[in-house]
Amino acid sequence: MDFLVSNFESIFFYLIAAITIAAGVGVVAFKNPVHSALSLLLSFVMVAILFVLRHAEFLAAVQALVYAGGIMVLFLFVIMLVNVKGLTPERAFLSQLAPLAVVGGVLLGLLCSLFILFGVFATGTGDIAALQSVDGQLVGNTEAVGITLYSTYLVPFEVVSVVLLVAMIGAIIFGRRDVALDGSGVGEVEP
Amino acid sequence: MITATHYVMVSLVLLSLGIVGVMMRRNFITVLMSLELIFNAVNINLIAFSFRLGDLSGQILAIFVITIAAAEAAIGLGLIIAFVRLKDTVALDKANTMGG
Repeated sequence: MDFLVSNFESIFFYLIAAITIAAGVGVVAFKNPVHSALSLLLSFVMVAILFVLRHAEFLAAVQALVYAGGIMVLFLFVIMLVNVKGLTPERAFLSQLAPLAVVGGVLLGLLCSLFILFGVFATGTGDIAALQSVDGQLVGNTEAVGITLYSTYLVPFEVVSVVLLVAMIGAIIFGRRDVALDGSGVGEVEP
Repeated sequence: MITATHYVMVSLVLLSLGIVGVMMRRNFITVLMSLELIFNAVNINLIAFSFRLGDLSGQILAIFVITIAAAEAAIGLGLIIAFVRLKDTVALDKANTMGG
């Protein structure tokens, strides 16, 4: 029990990381796209929890709202809309790769544990206060992100809004029914 | 003690899974989902180093990455709809009009 309490952060991180990775495996391995989508949803939520652990509370909320709320609905909508039957069977193809996947996974796990053991990238703790303050004043993560976004990063923020507009127009044009690829039907209005 | 290294490793594994999904799967929708996994791996890296360095820039950049990922998902799903209209399937093997 003492071990649990004193190592709670580590245990919680390993639990969440394991679920994240298991969900990621599910995304790639599930045959049914609906199962893949639900697995991806689980992965998104777990990544949001990882963000909270790194004191990015606003990002965690955005992750849950935009990914788990918006993008997943789009994915599920498209899966329901299109006919996913009639695919060439992937099962035989994927099962041939299973031994290779096991070997690769073991090697990757060894590499990861070596890196963690020797602390290759960065050790030590971070600076929590810097993520929650503006000009040395403690205001909380959301306000700090907002003020930085609208002052230092104002120009990239506006550029990214143009990117979103272009993406929206592109998606609408892709989704239009009345323009075929051979050019027939241009300018015609659907009844 | 959880350090940035741990987060980089989670990110590395997610990135590998995403690349495997993009290269191995033949279902257009699953390929797009694997792309989202790659975007998530990028975000985990940004957040981990934002915390480690005590710098908000990483979180701001992660917001931009999420925005671009949303745009990419909209475009990609629009492409799927157009592709299904053309070929009546989501199998990427059928995207061979140009002989690739």
